[in-house]
Amino acid sequence: MKFSLSWLKDHLETDESLEKLADKLTMIGLEVEHIDDKAKLLKPFTIAEIVTAEKHPNADKLRVCTVNVGDDKPLQIVCGAPNAHAGLKTVLARPGTYIPGKDFTIGLGNIRGVESQGMMCSAGELGLPDTIDGIIELPGDAPVGAVYIDWAKLGDPVIEINLTPNRQDCTGVTGIARDLAAADMGVFKNPGIKPIKGEFPCPVKVTVEDAKLCPGFALRLVRGVKNGPSPEWLQKKLTSIGLRPINALVDITNFLTFDRARPLHVFDAAKVRGDLTVRRARDGETLLALDGKTYTLDSKVCVIADDNGVESLAGIMGGEASGCSEETTDVLIESALWNEINIAQTGRRLGINSDARYRFERGVDPVFMVPGLELATKLVMELCGGTPSESIVVGKPYGDDRIIDFPIAEVKRLAAIDVPFPEMRRILGHLGFMVAGSGPVVKVAVPSWRSDVTGKADIVEEVMRIFGVDKVPMTPFPRGDAPRKPVLTQIQQRTRRAKRGLAARGLVEAVTWSFISKPHAEVFGGGAPELALANPIASDLSDMRPSLLPGLIAAAQANAHRGLSDLALFEVGQIFRGDRPQDQFMAASGVRRGLASSAGSGRHWSGASAANALDAKADAFAVLAAAGAPMQALQIVAGGANWLHPGRSGTIQIGPQNVLGYFGELHPRTLEALGADGPLMAFEVILDRIPDAKQKATRAKPTLELSAFQPVSRDFAFIVDRKVLSGDIVRAAAGVDKKLVTAVTVFDVYEGKGIDDDKKSVAIAVTIQPREKTLTDQEIDAVAAKIVVEVTKKTDGTLRA
Amino acid sequence: MSDLTTLQQTILADIANASDEAALEAVRVGALGKKGSISALLATLGKMSPEERKTEGAAINLAKDAVTQALTARRDVLKSAALDARLASETIDVTLPLRDGPAELGRIHPLSQTWDELTTIFADMGFAVAEGPDIETDDYNFTKLNFPEGHPAREMHDTFYFNPKEDGSRLLLRTHTSPVQVRTMLSQQPPIRVICPGRTYRSDSDQTHTPMFHQVEGLVIDKGSHLGHLKWILHEFCKAFFEVDNVNMRFRPSFFPFTEPSLEVDIQCRRDKNEIRFGEGEDWLEILGCGMVHPNVLRACGIDPDVYQGFAWGMGIDRIAMLKYGMADLRQLFEGDVRWLNHYGFKPLEVPTLAGGLST
Repeated sequence: MKFSLSWLKDHLETDESLEKLADKLTMIGLEVEHIDDKAKLLKPFTIAEIVTAEKHPNADKLRVCTVNVGDDKPLQIVCGAPNAHAGLKTVLARPGTYIPGKDFTIGLGNIRGVESQGMMCSAGELGLPDTIDGIIELPGDAPVGAVYIDWAKLGDPVIEINLTPNRQDCTGVTGIARDLAAADMGVFKNPGIKPIKGEFPCPVKVTVEDAKLCPGFALRLVRGVKNGPSPEWLQKKLTSIGLRPINALVDITNFLTFDRARPLHVFDAAKVRGDLTVRRARDGETLLALDGKTYTLDSKVCVIADDNGVESLAGIMGGEASGCSEETTDVLIESALWNEINIAQTGRRLGINSDARYRFERGVDPVFMVPGLELATKLVMELCGGTPSESIVVGKPYGDDRIIDFPIAEVKRLAAIDVPFPEMRRILGHLGFMVAGSGPVVKVAVPSWRSDVTGKADIVEEVMRIFGVDKVPMTPFPRGDAPRKPVLTQIQQRTRRAKRGLAARGLVEAVTWSFISKPHAEVFGGGAPELALANPIASDLSDMRPSLLPGLIAAAQANAHRGLSDLALFEVGQIFRGDRPQDQFMAASGVRRGLASSAGSGRHWSGASAANALDAKADAFAVLAAAGAPMQALQIVAGGANWLHPGRSGTIQIGPQNVLGYFGELHPRTLEALGADGPLMAFEVILDRIPDAKQKATRAKPTLELSAFQPVSRDFAFIVDRKVLSGDIVRAAAGVDKKLVTAVTVFDVYEGKGIDDDKKSVAIAVTIQPREKTLTDQEIDAVAAKIVVEVTKKTDGTLRA
Repeated sequence: MSDLTTLQQTILADIANASDEAALEAVRVGALGKKGSISALLATLGKMSPEERKTEGAAINLAKDAVTQALTARRDVLKSAALDARLASETIDVTLPLRDGPAELGRIHPLSQTWDELTTIFADMGFAVAEGPDIETDDYNFTKLNFPEGHPAREMHDTFYFNPKEDGSRLLLRTHTSPVQVRTMLSQQPPIRVICPGRTYRSDSDQTHTPMFHQVEGLVIDKGSHLGHLKWILHEFCKAFFEVDNVNMRFRPSFFPFTEPSLEVDIQCRRDKNEIRFGEGEDWLEILGCGMVHPNVLRACGIDPDVYQGFAWGMGIDRIAMLKYGMADLRQLFEGDVRWLNHYGFKPLEVPTLAGGLST
């Protein structure tokens, strides 16, 4: 919402400065977004007269001018404007002046060898509308040396406020003035409106087909008007806020739209055939609107039609055919009420942002429908003459008589401010509310222009914003004796730890989109219809992600394109396996590419290795350990999800029913489908699947048992088929005696010379921890023999000689 | 000069001339070994008279002690020289560049870091953390939050919808984390004190908007919380989060469907290229919206607005992270560009704490 300071002063008697008014507007909820204060900005530009204008010695199109600036020291200025000639009065900027239209500061110049002591300006250079080609031309009586903007009276500051959608009343200058007056910024001027008696019945009848779309419609004819340019005061008002004056009749409607928040429409009565009907458009009907565009309509659009068809888009924009021109002699003035939701939806669908729509979609003051018509009639008669008909009023220009029982203590309860009741009553009275009673509960009647006020809390807001939000006392909010317990839920803890755990392994955290393309989703088991957006913003952001990996793979590839080929990325975030809340999971995933292995990234003198599937396994285990998974209970099964390489992948589970995640090398088909170069290592762990740890009553750790007996370590090497899993060897060895065997590690795996082609050698170190006494050599040998028997039996292997 | 004296001098000279431990050992064997010259003299003592033995014995033993001492001393010198010589040959190139360890390479995304900072600050003020699903119902995202039918936010223009179900209802991607407030109020009895951080979505994409972003909201419901408390909490939060001694905040009346009265909050700052300084300057920067929870929202969540009251606020996590850490372009947050992540990300051990500072 835009208005000029002088326009505001039409409705507010005030001596306050622009700055103070602007600050107050912001502090009462009418946030000032911008002030265009030309008087301040253009103060350095003065009126000057060109005394002589000679051709520049070194340039055909330039003139060297002597310019009288109002003192006895004329300036020499080089000017390229075609209209620069001796005797012309124009506008001058001296060196050091900021030129707003060009966004630079003029300095002392030397143009092709001739000194130039300033610049003569075009209107455009001042940020004003350009009307001629060249520098500004002023009349002969313009006083040389005077400040141009003051002399031209173009310095009226324009204020733009960012209006919240609830304040329909402040789409008019009167509403803003009323608020400022309530906030002690002056006296509200709002003279009453006298009805104008009609001289004859209105010849055009009105039928409203759907009162829900059009709760009220008032119309009257003014016959014998003389339309033409509107007077200067009106044109100036409109141009000050960026509106183009058209003709008096149209300008009057625009004026009242901004002055009173009352949009109106004027039809040229000669172009209206028959009576008017307010109805839904028929599918396929069209209208050439006043913006010069043709709109195709349907039954959701409310229109005003005559025997010719649609003449106007109700509450949004008039039609070209029945618009008023300078030839108009009989004018129909319409003042109506429209359904806010329908106006908003129609405006959005047709893509029309008109000043009428802006107001009607917020809702206009219903009680003002008829007075608005009277005021318009008065202005038409004043500016264009003519004889008014009686008014036709269809529907009820209703007021809904909202009365709120308001406990005055409510202000203190919610806003913590002590406002004396007389002050409360004063504020509300200024805003147009009527207060009856003196407490503790008063009755407050809401004015018709404040449809946003419906309850007690709204009244509190009215009092608070005028009394001053800055008076709300900052009040400490003690945490009280709430228990000092962790505030994060278990999944939040896991998420947080998983992130730090992965970063500590050298991976870099990315945050990628929750939605991905359907083909990418499908590769990872997604793409179900219930997870596809009905209105995606782009085709590659269409489906909720079933996995974090598509986003990470895409990011890895984008980085590779930038030349960063060795990288390790991870993400911990939500994934979607269905549209119910319980189908949303928290996953942790990562990818490794190129030489970004667990040992370090990139080529290095100490050795470098390509990331492999077991680096991804280590990442997955780091997540699980950080998130508190029972590591001893985890089982690794060869082979993973179908998006992984079948021979270089694994599944992490606790029994086949609870799969916690997968790791491995990505399947070449996955890479191809996602357009990524491989090989790429990846893992995915679902944090929600980690079993809950048992709650313990205290934080004490179990007692540490330190054995008095030295552990014994024995090494074994087995020759087994290549297909045999080392995990099976370890498990067989550990299972021999769960008390004595405390650790089994694989310290060597060998394939090659000396071993059959389809075999490998796996060497393990077994730690035997005596419990009650030192073991004799025979006892140790017995355990070792059992290990050999168990392992060879389980793996069909042999002990390596 | 006696023979003994001559012998001793000869041996001492040999010791001094021994150039390595092997030569020295040969001297020792030649003097003190089984067949050594001094050992041979000692063997003669048995054949001497007691008087002779007394004087000669003492003299020979003196000579033996002198030789032994000289041997030890020389051995120490030679050992030390040998060690020095060995060490002198054992050199490495200490300028070889190191490989960054994983804790140096890894990065935490600035959003995760900011998330941890927020939680730390509000946990200290007694707030729990609540979360809810990204896919929400129209009822939780709009209706219960007092958005009227036909409100522009409900349009396909602004909100991502899924396809309608058989019963005509359609799910959506939450446009704010306020549905978590609804879920909290429906499942918990007051007093309530939670923050709701989460991912949110709006059908919007330009320089300053991404279709996906992050919000944190706060909610307090009890029998006495008012706007004065809200002001204090937000003031304390801003001081703690931006790590400054003071911030000047401006509360302005505003409008949101779910709060009444509603306020917007600006903080005073000075902008200097990509750096913003708080607590000084001429600019006011809008950072959040807040207000008293609308009675209609309380009612919709089964709470009597005449008994209970409370407030709520909401702000963009991405936005405050960008302000604090000087990140210029919102879209880069979600691009996964390793150069950007390395620059703006945090190392894994940089865990925000109140005791140690949030970002130091």
